[in-house]
Amino acid sequence: MLAYLVRRLILAVLTVWAVSVLSFTVIQLPPGDYITSYIAQMSASGSFVSEQEANALRHQYGLDQPQYIRYIRWMGMVLHGNYGMALEYGRPVGEVIGDRLWLTMVVSVAAIIFTWFVALPIGIYSAVRQYSLGDYVATFVGFIGLAIPSFMLALILMYLGFTFFDLNIGGLFSDELAEAPWSLAKIWDLTKHLPLPALILGFAGTAQLVRIMRANLLDELSKPYVVTGRARGLAESRLILKYPVRVALNPFASTIGYLLPYVVSGSIIVSLVLSLPTVGPLLLKALVAQDMFLAGTIVLMLGTMTVIGTFISDLLLMWIDPRIRFEGRK
Amino acid sequence: MSPPTAPIAPELHDEPAPVVSVAEERISVATQWQLMWWRFKKHRLAMASTAVVLFFYLIVIFADFLAYSNPLASEAQRSLLPPQRIHWFDDGRFAPYVFGLTGVRDPMTFKRVYTPDPSKKISVRFFVRGFEYQFLWVIPMNLHLVGVEGTTPEESLFLIGTDEQGRDLWSRLMYGTRTSLSIGLVGVAMSLILGVLLGGISGLYGGVLDTVIQRVIEILRSIPTIPLWMGLAAALPNDWSVTQIYFAITIIISLIGWTELARVVRGRFLSLRQEDFVMAAELAGCGQMRIIFTHLVPSFLSHIIAATTLAIPAMIISETSLSFLGLGLRPPAISWGVLLQQAQNIQALAISPWLLIPSIPVTIVILAFNFMGDGLRDAADPYGH
Repeated sequence: MLAYLVRRLILAVLTVWAVSVLSFTVIQLPPGDYITSYIAQMSASGSFVSEQEANALRHQYGLDQPQYIRYIRWMGMVLHGNYGMALEYGRPVGEVIGDRLWLTMVVSVAAIIFTWFVALPIGIYSAVRQYSLGDYVATFVGFIGLAIPSFMLALILMYLGFTFFDLNIGGLFSDELAEAPWSLAKIWDLTKHLPLPALILGFAGTAQLVRIMRANLLDELSKPYVVTGRARGLAESRLILKYPVRVALNPFASTIGYLLPYVVSGSIIVSLVLSLPTVGPLLLKALVAQDMFLAGTIVLMLGTMTVIGTFISDLLLMWIDPRIRFEGRK
Repeated sequence: MSPPTAPIAPELHDEPAPVVSVAEERISVATQWQLMWWRFKKHRLAMASTAVVLFFYLIVIFADFLAYSNPLASEAQRSLLPPQRIHWFDDGRFAPYVFGLTGVRDPMTFKRVYTPDPSKKISVRFFVRGFEYQFLWVIPMNLHLVGVEGTTPEESLFLIGTDEQGRDLWSRLMYGTRTSLSIGLVGVAMSLILGVLLGGISGLYGGVLDTVIQRVIEILRSIPTIPLWMGLAAALPNDWSVTQIYFAITIIISLIGWTELARVVRGRFLSLRQEDFVMAAELAGCGQMRIIFTHLVPSFLSHIIAATTLAIPAMIISETSLSFLGLGLRPPAISWGVLLQQAQNIQALAISPWLLIPSIPVTIVILAFNFMGDGLRDAADPYGH
């Protein structure tokens, strides 16, 4: 168990490191540097920055140093909670991102919870009633879910909501609460707005998970222990839910690991369509304006949060699966 | 299979017996590709999907012929025209025509309103001359599938409406299909090279190299990719030409697809390395390269083809998503994502829902590729059932 935990932890740390290097690359990619953008911004507002001043600034920010030293410096800054300035906003990056990062995670986790709660019963139903009408419908809807990119689903639902119900389904908060400080009323408001983005983001993943659950459960259902249980007169619902479903659940937990990066990725585009106050629209604006400290920080934070989420799902897997828990005890 | 029986003179047999053995004989001497084809043929959904995919690639080849208007010809006077009604019969005989349109700006909503003018009948003809293009990028041609008589299609024919700049959506959709589907193929070819190379090294040599490559794959799979690719795409210089951007985007999206392919290749290498026929080849003194290319590769080629087919839809979705965000292909390039970008907000959708039409081919193609890939994967495993 310890070996498993240590292995996952090392991998998580390595991944965070890789994400940080990639984010740093994103920051460094565009031609020019932070000071070039700063000078451009200053001269746009009428002030003039001399060559000497620029060089002094470059030295101060360490921009005259080789890449790897700049990377280490940047990491040092980040670890102290200083993410640099967001040029366009003239405020520190941390302040600009604010609640948006948490809201991104809330939306992503909601999508995964939705995925679980929908995929589990449908998967069980499809396996137990294999080749029934319901099974075919589930398979068909599942394939559609896999084929429609989430942003397109968002567009279509938004159009349908607008034409048939005269609703604007975007946003995460009602207008009057959007700028209000956090309160119970605001949290309740968020809960009411969550299901739709969760559905859109979770749709493709749900389709996949239903197929996995169905296949796993079908394998289990034909095993002798199920026949034994039935022969001993165990009630069918208890028989299925207590034993084969539990075994089939294992790969379920492990799928979070790859579902989370996928959902976080999707949330970026879907947020844009549904105008959700997550980091998605902010990242796009930052990239278009080449505000690289902001963009790089968002990429770094999204990556880190995803890795933490995946690590938690590993712990969950350990809790569910005795084979991992008791590994190495023999 | 049943053990061979001692040969008996054929004239002593009943009629049906040789028929069965002919069928069995056919299976036992069939090549792997024949077996695969027979299995694939039974999968009706996969066969139908293959037809759909081929149909779409015909559009890729004949995009200029199927388009009737120049996809870049814009005109503010016909901005956001709704899909036009086609009248198929004139006086009871088949002679399709459309009415001429007059557009006026509604003084209240500032929206252009178009009314058909029944006095102006414009005949729609097949196989007519229109704008010039180069068929297959070399042969100069001006033949188009449909066109109109007496005027130019740019001014009168709008099968599924126009966009904000008054460009014909149908013609743009044809060119968009060409771009999006070809990017899928080129991208998958690149990730195939990466995947086979790295997966092959990983599976063949094992050891430290294998561990490193496996960890890299695991790390890449646990990172949310879209923000990262958005960052890379945004860093492409603004002054690059359409072709340069096209290839840069293709490379970026091919970086997504290779991990799955590498996994498949590595898994195949690992399982086949233990097989008796490889041992036999080694004992017979075959070189490493010969074992790989004449013994190993043919036996897992079919799996790679299946995995590649399943990777194409992901490529198409990536390109569409990036272009939709405005970070992928940029106008004047036309792709599905670029087309859908115009339908990005609820205002645009409410006024002109036909801008959402390009989402239909996207869905159909992705579904078809998925079914086709599933069928191929099942067929590639001759011992499955």
